[in-house]
Amino acid sequence: MSSDAMAIRNVEVESLPLVETLHGWLTTVDHKRLGILYIAYALLFLVIAGIEALIIRIQLMHSHNDFVSPQVFNRMFTMHGTTMIFFVAMPILFGFANYLVPLMIGARDMAFPRLNAFSFWLSAFGGFLLYFSFLGGSGLYGAGNAPDVGWWSYAPLTARAFSPGHSSDYWTLSLLVSGFGSIGTAINILATILCLRCPGMKLNRMPLLVWLNLVMAGMVLIAITPLSAAQIMLLIDRYLGGHFFDAQAGGSAVLWMHFFWIFGHPEVYVLIIPCFAFMSEIIPVFSRKPIFGYPVMVAATVCIGFVSLSVWAHHMFTVGMNSYANSFFTITTMAVGVPTGIKIFNWIGTMWGGRIQFKTPMLFSIGFLFQFLIAGLTGIMMAAAPFDWQLSLSYFVVAHFHYVIVGGILFALFAAFYYWYPKMTGRMLSERLGKWHFWLFLIGFHLTFTVMHIPGLLGMPRRIYTYEPGRGWDTLNLIITIGAFIQAVAILVFVANLVISYFKGDKAGNDPWDAWTLEWSTSSPPPAYNFATVPVVASRRPLWDQKHPEDPDSRYD
Amino acid sequence: MKQMTETTQKAHWGMVLGRAAIVVLLAGIPFAAGLCATNPGGDNAVPNIFQPQSTPADSIKQLSDFVLAITGMIFVVVFSLLIYAVIKFRQRAGTADREPAQVYGSTQIELAWTIIPILIVVVLFLATARVIHAVQDAPKPATAIEITAIGHQYWWEFRYPGLGIVTANELHIPVSDPALPTPTFLKLLSADTDHSFWIPQLAGKTDLIPNHPNSMWMDPHRTGIFLGQCAQYCGTQHAKMLLRVSVDSPKDFGAWVRAQQKPAIQDEKVIAGRRVFETTACINCHAVGGSAANGRFGPDLTHLMSRETIASGAAENTKENLRLWIQKPDAIKPGSLMPAMQLNDEDLDALVNYLETLQ
Repeated sequence: MSSDAMAIRNVEVESLPLVETLHGWLTTVDHKRLGILYIAYALLFLVIAGIEALIIRIQLMHSHNDFVSPQVFNRMFTMHGTTMIFFVAMPILFGFANYLVPLMIGARDMAFPRLNAFSFWLSAFGGFLLYFSFLGGSGLYGAGNAPDVGWWSYAPLTARAFSPGHSSDYWTLSLLVSGFGSIGTAINILATILCLRCPGMKLNRMPLLVWLNLVMAGMVLIAITPLSAAQIMLLIDRYLGGHFFDAQAGGSAVLWMHFFWIFGHPEVYVLIIPCFAFMSEIIPVFSRKPIFGYPVMVAATVCIGFVSLSVWAHHMFTVGMNSYANSFFTITTMAVGVPTGIKIFNWIGTMWGGRIQFKTPMLFSIGFLFQFLIAGLTGIMMAAAPFDWQLSLSYFVVAHFHYVIVGGILFALFAAFYYWYPKMTGRMLSERLGKWHFWLFLIGFHLTFTVMHIPGLLGMPRRIYTYEPGRGWDTLNLIITIGAFIQAVAILVFVANLVISYFKGDKAGNDPWDAWTLEWSTSSPPPAYNFATVPVVASRRPLWDQKHPEDPDSRYD
Repeated sequence: MKQMTETTQKAHWGMVLGRAAIVVLLAGIPFAAGLCATNPGGDNAVPNIFQPQSTPADSIKQLSDFVLAITGMIFVVVFSLLIYAVIKFRQRAGTADREPAQVYGSTQIELAWTIIPILIVVVLFLATARVIHAVQDAPKPATAIEITAIGHQYWWEFRYPGLGIVTANELHIPVSDPALPTPTFLKLLSADTDHSFWIPQLAGKTDLIPNHPNSMWMDPHRTGIFLGQCAQYCGTQHAKMLLRVSVDSPKDFGAWVRAQQKPAIQDEKVIAGRRVFETTACINCHAVGGSAANGRFGPDLTHLMSRETIASGAAENTKENLRLWIQKPDAIKPGSLMPAMQLNDEDLDALVNYLETLQ
């Protein structure tokens, strides 16, 4: 297709009536449009689950508060957790992978465009099905609507004796459906990376983002399948008289825990590895240096992928495993810290001797490094099984995993938004609003989640809708709630930035950051076919080679 | 740091560091305040894991101190490197158009930051494994007190098989003298969903899981009331499944045991209330020793008045609260499995009068 054809096509697009445009988005199989759909859908659920978090925080503002009933509170934390993991973090990361992977490997689309659309709509259907439970389900003792069994849905709380209504079914079915979507996308990412790389892009020349998404997709295949199996077993228990998890009839509640966490822990890495991927692209560009130790970064990622499959029972140190099992899961969990540490060191190594530009994506990246360091260290604390006997199921754990998911994953995602939004829309996000967003969110985050460690050390368990006065928890919880609202304001600034910049932002041009990977060689936003001619690469940084013909990377390749 | 050429840049960095300091302070003040809030050796209102009063909790605290020291050192080193890199290698005026030296990696450095963490992990693991073994595989001495704790939605049943006592929610155990240890060994069962037994100052938590018996132990070093609560989400009223452990001197514990072993007092003056109790649904769930009431779904009421709280710690054990609990349990603990008994005032008064004799 020539550039003339493209120009004609653009004119057509602008003149399309609204219905036609919507029809175009609904029926699209373009990886970029699907990527944006994933991201938009995840942002919608981010706002919904964020509001649920605020309801939780208002309720816990002081002891014996009665802002919501225990039934509503239990639904809120169940829906908040389920939504954030399955309908915010997963789709938003799939969205970025969808958008970026083909562009970064010089491909024109994903390997299976129709499967791609099918996977997206399955995931989207799962999310809407879950929220339909507010109208259709009924929870513990028929008390509620939405699921109220916690996002792990531990047996036997999900047995019909304890959850006689349909709320647990909504939870099960929505995760089953979106799980199939995730598996489809994972297969697609694997096939795309393995089969559609442009000429010259050997595996060891792929951008790290592509490598890390390859590992992520492999882990999705391994992690989601046991979860789907467990969901089916739970349905058999509930409707076909099975007794897998029904302890009253000789089943095993602990079996569910194993199934859930053998999904649940790799899932953490499924979420964080794409964020490592963002860091590995953004930190080099804003430090003006190539990533430090590329082969080691790849090896560390693959290593994390493997070791993280054998750490799941560190979520179960309190369920009464024997001392050998507890020791085993202590050593494997601590071992994950080694490759993770290597990554942090290599990112600092990338910044070392560079020329660091403090644009908003880099600010969020530095925030990521700081918080992820702390999250890793509190993770080491809980890997020590006896320490975990105190910390597990307390607010310390809640603080720890929010450090990973908000301080790590969300900060990395914000960095990715500021970095790739210009590519996706053709407009820059406002730096001024971006800095407001960063500082507000950073302060709110630390007020909430740094402080949140302490009530855990003072014996406050998680998932309680109220607590007794006089235990030293009141002031801390008030600070945590204030922090949550500061974060909410920061999110509003972010959303405002997304909207305002879409219409009024500076024009981005092809390559606003002077970056080195292939997506910056095409227009912003890229045409439907991505590249007019399929690129040929000779090194890991094809655009560096182009910009520095006197000293190309390909010379050392 | 080299001299700054531009004052504006200096001001900018001052602002950045100032903000960082604010963040650290805001985080640090409540942290310190929180940990100092309790008065060591005083009352135990705050169940602080760093003020252990029993061997398992104490071993955990010592391990925690060690792990905190190591992770603290790692934090200081890596954080310093990060801050140094951010400040030292920032873009300065006049260098914007020059690319820095393109360094791709260094095998020696990368080997170093692989091997050192491995050594740290080995040390941490050995220290941890020692405590796991010491706590989990501790032998049970012949003088140990054995108790079976059964988790129910949303209350605790305690049975002392050797002593023939059944009680609820408020556990009484003897203080353990190091010279003649009398540790308490708990067998943990569940009647319905998962629960978790957690008294932070006495031991780490252990779950109570149906069809999966667990055990734990503690040997409190001093007397007093220790607070905790269910730590594993068990349903609507997980939050008000509170726990009180009364650690008694050997003399007090002996007196408590003798009182609990007696059958329920039968006072003719409250015969009307007893009749209400025995002819309504009360006895389907509650037991009173020596009477027709032998239900097991709810707490044993034989010595109800020896307990300081009702509804698993949700309310003080007073006459008003007993009345409210019987007539309108949702006012104290919405979602609890105690039904509203719908009694008329006369029967309610009689019933509460009867319950108040169950010393």
